[in-house]
Amino acid sequence: MAEVVAVTNGDDSMKNKIHNKNLKAALTLATTALFASVHASSAAVPPDSSNEDSWAFDSAFLYYSEADRVSAAEAIFSAKKTFNDDSILNLKLTVDTLSGASANGAIAQPNVQTFTRPSGKGDYDINTGDTPLDDTFKDTRVQLNAQWTQALAQNYTGSFGAHLSKEYDYLSLGINGNIAYDFNKKNSTLSFGLSHFQDTFEPEGGLPKPFISMPLAYHDGDDSLHNVTRQGSDDDKTTTDVMVGFTQVINRRMVTQFNYSHSIVAGYLTDPFKILTLININGIAQDYLYENRPDERIKQSVFAQTKYHFDEIILDVSYRYMWDDWQIDSHTVDSRFYIPLENGRYLEPHLRIYQQTAAKFYQPFLMQGEALPEFASADYRIGEMTTFTIGLKYGMKLSDGNDLAFRLEYYRQDPESSGHDAPGELADLELYESIEAIIAQVSYSF
Amino acid sequence: MSEREDGFYIAFVAMASPCEIIIETVKRSLAKTIGEQVSKEVWRIEDKYSRYNPNSLCSEINRSNNKPVTIDDETFALLNFADTCYQLSEGVFDITSGVLRKAWCFDCTDNIPDSATVTQVLKNVGWQKVTYDNLQITLPAEMELDFGGIAKEYAVDRAILLIKSLTQFPALVNLGGDLATNSARKNNQPWQVGVQHPGFEEKTTMVVSLFKGALATSGDAKRYLLKDGRRYSHILNAKTGWPIENAPRAITVSAPQCIQAGILATLSQMQGNNAEQFLTEQDIKHWVIR
Repeated sequence: MAEVVAVTNGDDSMKNKIHNKNLKAALTLATTALFASVHASSAAVPPDSSNEDSWAFDSAFLYYSEADRVSAAEAIFSAKKTFNDDSILNLKLTVDTLSGASANGAIAQPNVQTFTRPSGKGDYDINTGDTPLDDTFKDTRVQLNAQWTQALAQNYTGSFGAHLSKEYDYLSLGINGNIAYDFNKKNSTLSFGLSHFQDTFEPEGGLPKPFISMPLAYHDGDDSLHNVTRQGSDDDKTTTDVMVGFTQVINRRMVTQFNYSHSIVAGYLTDPFKILTLININGIAQDYLYENRPDERIKQSVFAQTKYHFDEIILDVSYRYMWDDWQIDSHTVDSRFYIPLENGRYLEPHLRIYQQTAAKFYQPFLMQGEALPEFASADYRIGEMTTFTIGLKYGMKLSDGNDLAFRLEYYRQDPESSGHDAPGELADLELYESIEAIIAQVSYSF
Repeated sequence: MSEREDGFYIAFVAMASPCEIIIETVKRSLAKTIGEQVSKEVWRIEDKYSRYNPNSLCSEINRSNNKPVTIDDETFALLNFADTCYQLSEGVFDITSGVLRKAWCFDCTDNIPDSATVTQVLKNVGWQKVTYDNLQITLPAEMELDFGGIAKEYAVDRAILLIKSLTQFPALVNLGGDLATNSARKNNQPWQVGVQHPGFEEKTTMVVSLFKGALATSGDAKRYLLKDGRRYSHILNAKTGWPIENAPRAITVSAPQCIQAGILATLSQMQGNNAEQFLTEQDIKHWVIR
């Protein structure tokens, strides 16, 4: 715009020359500038597809595949109905199937190892030098979520929901409630939420006794030796979360959010499929013992998120710090850039970095001759690790007004030693194997 | 909203004009969404820039009494656009000229003000006296802004942008005669647009074929004064405070954007006798009613 004015003012030959041939060009330039500069404000008011009394649907299909390990396929279907009084009903169905191989907790050895399957009815061999993976991992999970949101009074919004998740050996039931209070001309929102989950776990082969030796597999139908290593067939877990949140609109371009959450998990928290290798001073496996974890975990986290709307691009950055009484501390930084292109298309690069310290009872193996600790687990998921995810989403508006988006991401997990020596033969073996995965997703909203 | 053979027709009222949207789709929910969002956007612009609405930003500026008023990017862009039009027209088009209606009342009578009154009111006209930047505007006391000359056309263009973000189905938005399309109709057919000038006794309706882009009309239909056989158009020269002589009664112009078409129509009317020559020289597609 400044250029147009400058030309008009600066060039005296244009004085009193509305007949000038450049009028159309100058107006075109001015019009372009007008709509270029206010484009941002239109993007700030995203088309609200959830109109009164109409259903809006989202569907997504996700495929996750770790190299040589687990792969998962997930289908999500969600429906949202907004009523005339702005109440919202949200229903979501998620179905996922997992299959493949998962680390059983034992360490690699300079010889072939044989492990009993969780059912006790068979076994599998692991080659020299390989990280032991249990390839019987296979499950289908169905999840249902329902959430109702409505205004309770002026500036107060309430939301209530129920959750059900069922897989072959696991049932999870949950309820949640949240209340939000808007103030400062709705520029500030304070929210308080509670949720409670009740889970029942009935693993194949029952629950092993803590630190009991893995029994040999039976092939003849006689499970008596297997059964002496078990302490029951099922157990429970409860999770109670309290969450306090604060959202602040800083200005037209910037919104920030802060959350604190406190979570108490109690009950059976051990993984019945995970074992530890008992090694001698030469690093050679002597036995495999089932792991044991405390029956309570208290987690806390703080979360901060900022969305900043540049003229075109929207930046979304968040940071989470989580800590618990198992002494796992973690940091998560997650960032996304929303880059609008022409015709309603957009690109969204994504970068996530996650780092955690090991649980105090994490150890990669047990040493022969040393007293058994009260708790121990060699599960890499509670060991020290760094992960990162890098990805790109490409979305478009179809000619019928519906949204279609594709997402492709690369994920890498690098477990690290948290200061445990690797005696004898272990020095030459890969004990902390990295995991790489590809995530592909297609989503469609209508 | 009503369903037609080739799509949906949505009507609403905004900016004191009948407004319509035609969308060639069979999807009722999409048509409904477009109707709701376009009307919401047009009403938003009306609420923000109408000088009749005491709660509008325009009224806030007009009441500001030489005190700075905070503005946003959208308003800054519109002011820049108005500034360009002021510069291009050498001050004949001026969004501060609205106060001239205190002297002029175009009620088809012979009620011509005396020149002393016009000179008095003209003291409060002059875009060059307004200072603004991207954050605020300072309007001298007694002066007024009037976005009437650009807001409706701007709303049409915004509506088309909004529709483009929602769909590629052909659509046409018409706000009281100022209209635009996002594309040609199905099978690359043009839109047949009847340009009506409801004020004219003979109800002249021109049918115009429009493949793409926008149309805007500047006319004085029922708004003029008649004295001693001389017709005074409601198009005022902001520099003199007097009507443009021999302005055509209506000019319709086509351009890629409605706001461009609107300004071209207004500027060409300001050429009076030379309006047609001006439009031809500028190579602008136009329809003139004398």
